[in-house]
Amino acid sequence: MGDAVWVLGAYMTKFGRYPEKDSMDLAAEAALGALRDGGVTIQDIGVLGAGTLQEVATGPGQRLLKQVGQTGIPVYNVANACATGATALRTVYLTIKAGEADMGMAVGWEQMGKMGLLGAGGKGDRDRKVYEPSGRYGSVMQVEGILGTGLMPGVFAQAGMEYARENDGVGFEQFAKVAVKNHEHSTLNPLAQYRKAFTLDQVMGAEMMAYPNTVLMCCPTGDGAAAAVLVSEEKLKTLSDEQRRRAVKISASVLTSDPWSEGDLVQPDVNTLTREAADKAYELSGVDPQDLDLVELHDCFATAELVHYDNLRLCAPGEAGKFIDERGPWRDGKVAVNASGGLISKGHPLGATGVANVFEVTTHLRGEAGDRQIPGAKVGLTHVIGLGSACGIHILEKATI
Amino acid sequence: MAKQIPIVDYLVLDDGAPHLCAWESVDSGALYFDRRNGDAKSGGTEFRRRKLQTTGTVRSFTIVHRAVPGVPVPYVSAVVDLDGGGIVKGNLVNVEPVPEAVKPSMPVKLTTFVAGTDDEGTEAVAFGFEPR
Repeated sequence: MGDAVWVLGAYMTKFGRYPEKDSMDLAAEAALGALRDGGVTIQDIGVLGAGTLQEVATGPGQRLLKQVGQTGIPVYNVANACATGATALRTVYLTIKAGEADMGMAVGWEQMGKMGLLGAGGKGDRDRKVYEPSGRYGSVMQVEGILGTGLMPGVFAQAGMEYARENDGVGFEQFAKVAVKNHEHSTLNPLAQYRKAFTLDQVMGAEMMAYPNTVLMCCPTGDGAAAAVLVSEEKLKTLSDEQRRRAVKISASVLTSDPWSEGDLVQPDVNTLTREAADKAYELSGVDPQDLDLVELHDCFATAELVHYDNLRLCAPGEAGKFIDERGPWRDGKVAVNASGGLISKGHPLGATGVANVFEVTTHLRGEAGDRQIPGAKVGLTHVIGLGSACGIHILEKATI
Repeated sequence: MAKQIPIVDYLVLDDGAPHLCAWESVDSGALYFDRRNGDAKSGGTEFRRRKLQTTGTVRSFTIVHRAVPGVPVPYVSAVVDLDGGGIVKGNLVNVEPVPEAVKPSMPVKLTTFVAGTDDEGTEAVAFGFEPR
């Protein structure tokens, strides 16, 4: 498969809400920031992966290049639900692996504002005058809330409660502890959308969205962008000592979709595709889960993070509850999970997330994470899940070249 | 009695007691509730109708407190393992929407209720599950 691909430059905007900016302002800030961080210019970039979910049909990557440099390079506009950013990154990774470019850039962004609940299934049609079956299920009306829920807080609550049914020692309190941790972690991250710590009582006593997820256990909507410049190993060898010193090796890049499993079409199975992606990433990289110093995983809801401890093999099978009870995923625990504050507190501008977590791990491996630095971090993993479903995992390592 | 129509076509109201009916892959036995082009498990393209049992157990649940406009809250959404095969999502009804009232693997049975009436007086009948 040839030489490794490395992260040369990385950048993320502070996540938040920017009504005074448009999405190009955010994407361009990230792109220019990553180029500057990598010590290169747009003239050096041979391919662009542009990941933004809501704008994908509008030529977003080309519009970005009209702000940062139209060099005629191939642009891949990608959308893959919440795995959009990771998919953009992997597109650039594959292009370099294939030898079609020696340097490329992935940019992920989203401007969501205050969108409210996602996955509501479009406008209601309860006012229809005459019932007529339509669609693949022959439905005569909108069924959300009548035949269960498909809204994100409920879907991920059900994923967590299924794990709770199957494993001892998992309940509302364990899920809430995940949010306590991530809010606490975010207080150290100046790029996080929210930076406020909450007690367990505050998390559990907050407004209930979909049991067991309270509002403090749900990621917010928001705006933001992140970018990463990737480079081939051969090209990296020609760059400066400083560029080589700060470069971070991508030891595995994996993307999976949901294989058939019973019930997946009724309640999305977020476990199987994550397990398959994780196992493949560990195999490709030769990294053992026990080797990981930090993990940025897809905590769109606290219930999701808990099940992924198990899916990513961060704990013994069935022991995710015990893992959080014993503070295993805290920044001073066995492996720092979501030292950034995670989606729950750092924020989750959809297309940006998969690149932003690569920025986060890269920053720690370089030893440049400031107050939130995980001391001595050498190996990290990023994970995203897009419902539908897609799972992207990258393993990054501090290495010398 | 008002004319009735099922809220989805996999709810059968006119063949004995209300029940769910799935498309079963001839190749793999996988069950689906939607119109199919092929079997996601095997790639096969042959299907037959299969009547599902009306009893099962709660595989997972959530209690929804914030919903789309027009949906009364709180309500219990559940994923149900049907006895004899099939996994389906629906509301738990006739149960208090509090965590203490919903037990893991709780036995349930299918029930129906009127979800709405159109301008011609036709009632849309939905299904849910209740404790048994």
